[in-house]
Amino acid sequence: MSMAPVPRSSKRQLGLDVLFHALFWASALLVLLILGGLIVLMATGGWKALTTFGLSFFDQSAWNPVKDRYGALAPLLGTVLSTVIALLLAIPLAFGTAFWLTNIASSRLAAIIGTAVQLLAAVPSIIFGMWGFFTIVPLVARYVQPFVNHHFRHVFILGPLLKGPPIGTGVMTSGIVLAVMIAPFITAVMCDVFGAVPPMLRESAYGLGATRWEVMWKIIAPWSRNGMIGAIVLGMGRALGETMAVTFVIGNVTSVGWSLFAPRSTVASLIALQFPESPAGSLRLSSLMALGFTLMLLSCASLVVARCLRGGRQ
Amino acid sequence: MSETAQQMARATKQRWHQGGRARRRQVLDRIATGTSIAAGVFLVLVLLSILWTLLSRGLAGISWATVTHSMGPPGSGGGLGNAILGSIIQTGLALAMAAPLGLFCGIYLSEYGGKHNHFASVVRFVSDVLMSAPSILIGLFIYQLVVVPWGHFSGFAGAVALAVLAVPVIVRTTEDMLRLVPTSMREAGAALGAPRWRVILSLCLRSARQGVLTGILLAVARMGGETAPLLFTSLGNQTWSLRLDKPMASLPVAIYQYAGASYDDWVQLAWAGALLITCGVLMINIIVRLSARR
Repeated sequence: MSMAPVPRSSKRQLGLDVLFHALFWASALLVLLILGGLIVLMATGGWKALTTFGLSFFDQSAWNPVKDRYGALAPLLGTVLSTVIALLLAIPLAFGTAFWLTNIASSRLAAIIGTAVQLLAAVPSIIFGMWGFFTIVPLVARYVQPFVNHHFRHVFILGPLLKGPPIGTGVMTSGIVLAVMIAPFITAVMCDVFGAVPPMLRESAYGLGATRWEVMWKIIAPWSRNGMIGAIVLGMGRALGETMAVTFVIGNVTSVGWSLFAPRSTVASLIALQFPESPAGSLRLSSLMALGFTLMLLSCASLVVARCLRGGRQ
Repeated sequence: MSETAQQMARATKQRWHQGGRARRRQVLDRIATGTSIAAGVFLVLVLLSILWTLLSRGLAGISWATVTHSMGPPGSGGGLGNAILGSIIQTGLALAMAAPLGLFCGIYLSEYGGKHNHFASVVRFVSDVLMSAPSILIGLFIYQLVVVPWGHFSGFAGAVALAVLAVPVIVRTTEDMLRLVPTSMREAGAALGAPRWRVILSLCLRSARQGVLTGILLAVARMGGETAPLLFTSLGNQTWSLRLDKPMASLPVAIYQYAGASYDDWVQLAWAGALLITCGVLMINIIVRLSARR
């Protein structure tokens, strides 16, 4: 940079500068390599299953270790169904909470409730699993299932959707537990997004005599639509890959069907449960890896969608 | 005021106060407000319910023996001491690996990764992908990477898996915190003749110290409660073991093993462990929030 001859000490400094730059760069590269390794090792691990079964891996419902035949349909359906239920329940919860925190509550109250919601987000997932198993499962078995079985048995589409033995575990229960797990995450992002709406817009609407709900629904919500969808997709990503909480409450049966109250399994819970019984190098382990690879792709895709909608990081 | 004007005023007043659109708008507002308060209260109740469940079931199992005795067969008066120690060792080792890596990567992204640095934007994206990657897949990855070549499960593999979970959290917070350091501070350092590494380490990192520490604490909280990745890497162990090349116990895995057991004292221990772990994790989060407010 300078025109004067560089003294020795600053030459050493320059060398250190290059050295540190290289160190920082190498760390960044290592992070890149971790993800690369993750994807490559998943793909190679699942290669045996994918070549043995081909594309029929994804539409076979059988998961039969005795006959050594594996299909991904049952766990994939379980994952998708429980995630959909979780989102349907979590979106109104998160939207309502974020509305309350940003527009209604006094700043003192909002700080307290906000902290509580953040703490809920920090509770380890295995705790959610145990809590779900000992609190939600009996609730569903004792009250919800007898009720829906009694009242909706003969209703056109609802009947087959809601029937099932009243044992409490199943897709619906895991959807409920996942919903309270991901709702705090979605709430936090939604609060940020709502906070980014220019105060001018909000205040003009109030000035024109709009009610709080009208300001929310007609001004803030349209303004932050993309951000909200991004938040929801982020929550979806978490629900897709959640393992411990789901393993406790879903019942862990690999079967395909439309009943929401029947025990099922998800990709993540199946991996967690079947892994200890799958010897290294077996077709079973390879099938689990292929499932894991599929889950990774789903998770990546949901993140890409969330980022595109949120327009990069905030 | 003329007669007609009075009539009009009365009419407007009536329209505003009774029935009609205004009433509907008001009712709708009440309903929406009430529903959203109910949603928020529900989430808070869930937190309270979880805490209540943990306290009512776990408190009875917490004693001196719980933290000092090692796990043992049912009915033998075992504790969770070795699992707690294993958790601390693995988390500590993971932190020793993840903190420098995350810190350096965060520094690179913030100090060298401008808008036109495509490598940096790729790394930023990859770090986000890692942050939202299902933790069980991280476990499978480390199983393939460390456990399979070594031929056996090990505490070290567990630590590596936890480190992979922690790195993206540290990267994200380090970058965000360094970005808050004003450019003028960097310029002042450079003007005094400090080389770039000196500016970064002694000025930027130092003034962002608090935020960076927060990120590391949050990463510890995240690692402490993770179960899924440890199932395939450190496996769990019933006895005291300090060897990193052997399977090592950890608190979340012990809880997972004991919670589904049919022995009452094991289930009791599982709840005690769950209470301990939740208290630890929530405590870290509360400390972080309190120090952030100051």
